[in-house]
Amino acid sequence: MWGLGSNCAVALARCGVGKLVIADYDIVTLQNLNRQYYFHDQIGRLKVHALRENIGRINPLVKVKAFDLKLCVSDVIELFAGCDVIVEAFDKATMKQMIIETVLTQMHGKFLVTGIGMAGWGKSDIIHCRKSDQLIICGDEVSEVSDELPVLAPRVGMVANMQANEVLGILLNDFRPLQSEE
Amino acid sequence: MKINLNNREEVFEPDLMSITELLAAKTFTFKMLVVKINGELVKRNEYDHKVVKDGDDVMVLHLITGG
Repeated sequence: MWGLGSNCAVALARCGVGKLVIADYDIVTLQNLNRQYYFHDQIGRLKVHALRENIGRINPLVKVKAFDLKLCVSDVIELFAGCDVIVEAFDKATMKQMIIETVLTQMHGKFLVTGIGMAGWGKSDIIHCRKSDQLIICGDEVSEVSDELPVLAPRVGMVANMQANEVLGILLNDFRPLQSEE
Repeated sequence: MKINLNNREEVFEPDLMSITELLAAKTFTFKMLVVKINGELVKRNEYDHKVVKDGDDVMVLHLITGG
């Protein structure tokens, strides 16, 4: 749960999405705090445990299932089979490819919201969202992380919240507000 | 042929092209890609023989690191 996953999960929890399944194997470091939803006093803790705690402090009604593992194909299928929507929040391109191929070929009909291209700063206007059936792509699709182009809170937050927004769009597809007057 | 590539109409000289030929024509040189034709994922080992034809809807997604 790096910049995308931690911020997206928190946005969904604030909106009252009641069940979240999160998976990561990493621990919180000082370098993560420029963009990820953790606190200085959580350095050294497992990210999935720190995030579950932070979500609990925001909205204790949300049930968070946290898995401390490095996701592989069979994990993706097993852990997320019961979810309405899957959010891709990897940093590595190879892992993004793995989850997209897995969901498209082995989890037919499942929505997958990906975050692709958000390194650097400025250029808010090229961040976009496009859809291809059940696959939703958020990001600018061009800005790759490098030594000269770090991933920073504002742009990764924009993409993470755009992902959360797309998740809500899917979950609330059939939602009709109660009419207050006839 | 006229195809819809990444939600944009594009015209190519040949009537049929393999994914490999299409990527070369567009000078898409990225290694990490996801390609879909008419909603169906094309596996990497099918790029040489999977054919794109007139009217197809093609999505090419470049996967880049960062998150």
